[in-house]
Amino acid sequence: MPKTIPVADELDKPFWDGVNEKKLVLQYCTACERLQYPIKANCVHCDTKDPLDWKEVEGKGHILETLVVHDTRVVRLKGDVPFNVSIISLDEDPSINFLANLPGTPVTEAPQGAAVEVVFEELEPGRFIHDWKVVE
Amino acid sequence: MTSSAGGFPRYAEGMGLWEHRGKVAVVGYGYSDIDRRWDGVSMDRTLGAFQLAAMQNAIADAGLTAADIDGFMCSEAMAGDSWAQEDRGDPRPYFDPPYDSEDGLSLTSADWLIAGMEREGTPLSNLQYIDRNQLAIGQETGKAAQAVGDGQANVLLMTYNMGNVPGRYKLEEGIYSEGGRKWSAPWGWMTSAMMQHAFVFMQYCTKYGGSHDDLAPFVLNQRRNGLLTPWGYYAQHEPYQITLEDYLTQRYICWPNGLLDSDRPVNHAFAMIFTTAERARDMKQKPIYVLSHVQASHPTRSTMATLEDHEEWTDSLARRLYEGAGAKPEDLDIFNPYDGFALFTQSYLEAFQWHGVKRGESFDFYAGDIRVEGPHPFNSSGGNLGCGRTRTAMYTDSIEQLRGTAGARQVNVRAETAAMGQVTPGGNGHIFLSVHPEI
Repeated sequence: MPKTIPVADELDKPFWDGVNEKKLVLQYCTACERLQYPIKANCVHCDTKDPLDWKEVEGKGHILETLVVHDTRVVRLKGDVPFNVSIISLDEDPSINFLANLPGTPVTEAPQGAAVEVVFEELEPGRFIHDWKVVE
Repeated sequence: MTSSAGGFPRYAEGMGLWEHRGKVAVVGYGYSDIDRRWDGVSMDRTLGAFQLAAMQNAIADAGLTAADIDGFMCSEAMAGDSWAQEDRGDPRPYFDPPYDSEDGLSLTSADWLIAGMEREGTPLSNLQYIDRNQLAIGQETGKAAQAVGDGQANVLLMTYNMGNVPGRYKLEEGIYSEGGRKWSAPWGWMTSAMMQHAFVFMQYCTKYGGSHDDLAPFVLNQRRNGLLTPWGYYAQHEPYQITLEDYLTQRYICWPNGLLDSDRPVNHAFAMIFTTAERARDMKQKPIYVLSHVQASHPTRSTMATLEDHEEWTDSLARRLYEGAGAKPEDLDIFNPYDGFALFTQSYLEAFQWHGVKRGESFDFYAGDIRVEGPHPFNSSGGNLGCGRTRTAMYTDSIEQLRGTAGARQVNVRAETAAMGQVTPGGNGHIFLSVHPEI
């Protein structure tokens, strides 16, 4: 699937730099000791004014649920419908969730609850994006 | 003129009875015709023209004149789908005033509406309070009631519209994703609430059992109620009932959400009039008292909100609305929760424990008798699914049920109180109405 290419900004550059090095580096609030994803200016869990730190995570998770997209506003993906969009919970903090297309898993065959691991897909030279793949 | 009202929004737990409980009343409502889209030529059927008609109809329903109105409230932010230049490129050709810009065609500003009332010979000549910044009707009704209770206005005209334009729009085009979309579009989610609610719905089925098809009785009944609503989109333009087979074979957009689970965008406008209970006593219509209003606004903590989030948020919402009204679930007669997607309405049904429905029991409830003539007339308005994406059918129905003027939809059970609201569990406003100033 030809994913659209995320454009990093000043706030989330450390995250995307990590992805380009095939690492999953999330925001970390030292005040409430919680991870955060997606990247945001402030902690969504507490009212700290302290800047958020960064923390690399292992990149293991489980499939919460899987949806099947039959029609999409993302023009670049129109030729790929139907496709999986799974919601992945991160093992290190299940309150963190990600979207995934589960490369290699046929549509309607995503195993609910299955273990997954992060993979990195090169979208253009040197620019990667994270996705999640079922662990065999 | 002032543009703020005290005591709004009401987000907090433990606020007790609403300080103006029973001291504010709804005394009028009005609505426009309804179209799928503007046809591009009929100047009496633009979104602006529809909204002026709704406002005038509300004033007439209340037995007032435009000069009686001293407060005005609207949502200038495009509530439905407007002709967004970012999607369409160059502006489209416009017309002679007042249609020399998008204002009046697919969105409406307070200034355009106020000037329109003057053009129509019904000037709002005594406005002392104008609030143009409301998000959507769920929040707007609460703020209107609060403004009257706080003394910002004595007779407040509140109006809301939902529009629709041709074609496909709000697309993610090109090969790059920026801003908030970079966290969703690469995997195929393009900022529609649909995928969010499909996910929570799947979690609901996993936790409690059941499947998408268990929504069929609810969706079919919404269409049935909509067909009993004479002004509704389907009653007006596609007056036939959908069947179980239609539902089970529908086109999916994002499984488990299909076309029939999604509301149909339309062009339509609505208005309501709030005043003090004291003034309402001598007015044309039987007063319908506001007993409480609450709002909710919850940030999503990760990519997707979860079932746990939605249950926590809607539990809080119901608890606070009941508390403000001094009511319990068994006191709520008419319940018109939001149904923009069929997949989330059960969140509200179970949180409010309407007719005793607890968490995980909605599918069994839907499979029972939820017709308006039956013992559990759930969502008697038909909602968005039955009337088109007006977001206001739940208000017109609630008022009519409490007045006893709902016609073919008039319920056979007691109809002395009503609760309604919109939009989604993460962000909404709800209001509690009653024919009595207290429970």
